[in-house]
Amino acid sequence: MNAIALHRLLWLAVPGLVLATLPAAAATIQVTIDKLVFSPATVEAKVGDTIEWVNKDVIAHTATVKGSWEVMIPPKKSASLTLKAAGAVDYFCRFHPNMKGHLDVSP
Amino acid sequence: MFTRYTAALAALLLVSAAPFAQAADKPTDPQIAHIAYTAGVLDIEAAKQALEKSKTKEVVDFAKDMERDHEAVNKQALDLVKKLKVKPEDNATSQALTKAAKEERAKLAKLQGAAFDKAYIENEVAYHKQVNGALETLLIPSASNAELKSLLETGLKIFQGHEQHAEHVAGMLK
Ligand SMILES: [Cu+2]
Repeated sequence: MNAIALHRLLWLAVPGLVLATLPAAAATIQVTIDKLVFSPATVEAKVGDTIEWVNKDVIAHTATVKGSWEVMIPPKKSASLTLKAAGAVDYFCRFHPNMKGHLDVSP
Repeated sequence: MFTRYTAALAALLLVSAAPFAQAADKPTDPQIAHIAYTAGVLDIEAAKQALEKSKTKEVVDFAKDMERDHEAVNKQALDLVKKLKVKPEDNATSQALTKAAKEERAKLAKLQGAAFDKAYIENEVAYHKQVNGALETLLIPSASNAELKSLLETGLKIFQGHEQHAEHVAGMLK
């Protein structure tokens, strides 16, 4: 195979590879935190989607799943997590355990 | 004899009554602002004592959370009273709260190690419960300014969170 043919092959192959590795429709889903309320409280997402928590409060919160992950969301800031596993999880804020949210993650 | 009995009973009731129970009259907005701000300051002071005395990670983390949250809420409260041109007004409830907190700090100062941790966290549960009760039954219903009421309502949710957080830490210490 000469250089030109190899080039052509790469041109054809690379976009195909990129498309193949990207999940069908990786989305970013926003969850707003305002006055200690996660909204929407329940989110349906797919593995590969990103949840972005937007904290409108003047105090820090967390999104914590007991024995699993935790995302810290500073006051007036946002923080994200890309979902790696399918399943339904309840999460809460470790600083204010009266704040609760739920994720339904499909494969 | 009978008189002595009623006097003793009255004294007992006064001692056991929570600071808020003494405020028979409906507080005004300047008084409510003062009470809410004072409640925050007292919990920050309690947190500072814990940060000095405790070496237990859960307790130190909890105290830092209290300090950070109450400072942020009080800053918001100050901004609001400035905006509303309300001058916080000292009152019997604020004074009773301050006196009770001072006594509690003196009691805690004598304790060390696990005994301190336990007493601090148990008092945090009781203190937040007391403040939340006052917010729900007295301060929020009495507030006439809508923005002040809304700030108190958010404050109540934060303090309810702190109460649950304190209960969780208390459970870990056992
Ligand atoms: Cu929180």
